[in-house]
Amino acid sequence: MWFPVAIFLGVCIIIALIRVILGPKAPSRVVGLDTINTLVVVSMVVLGAAFEEVIFIDVAIVYALLSFITTLFIAKYIEKGKF
Amino acid sequence: MAINIVTYIFIAIGGFFNIIGSIGLHRFPDVYTRLHAATKCTTFGAIFLIVAVMIQSISVWVTEGISSPQSVLTLHAFIALVCILLTNPTSAHAIARAAHRCGIKPARAVVDDIEGAEMHD
Repeated sequence: MWFPVAIFLGVCIIIALIRVILGPKAPSRVVGLDTINTLVVVSMVVLGAAFEEVIFIDVAIVYALLSFITTLFIAKYIEKGKF
Repeated sequence: MAINIVTYIFIAIGGFFNIIGSIGLHRFPDVYTRLHAATKCTTFGAIFLIVAVMIQSISVWVTEGISSPQSVLTLHAFIALVCILLTNPTSAHAIARAAHRCGIKPARAVVDDIEGAEMHD
């Protein structure tokens, strides 16, 4: 049941990755990166349900918090200059 | 089985909103509208997909008894959902504030309403 959902989320991640590559300025790239972070957390939870491994979901929790801190630091960085 | 039908409906709603959010990144013209599309749609889709995982594991947990390993999976999926719900709007607000402060104007904007009302911290 869960593997097609994970493949579908991978397609969504690739679509968002095209925006990260194309993005005209730095804030657009950061928006794409934030989208990819959310989709990666969801796909980790789905894969944890698929393999019945709880450790994947623990990794997803840690990844969510660390990607939040990463996004805050990038936002603090692009606030200072012209991008 | 009724649980499976409910799970498939939740998966369909979640997948629909995730693909809408990813397509919205390409259809909108500037940073703010892209943020509007991507953040809200992927947060909503993440809620529905993780709730689908929780429904499926709760149904196994109920049939296997109280000491099933599915209980840990359910609770940790709920913690992951709470982390997404807390961090995603906050990071979206930080990106929008940083984009406004580094001088990006919204596309086809005539008047910037928060031009003089900038808070200095």
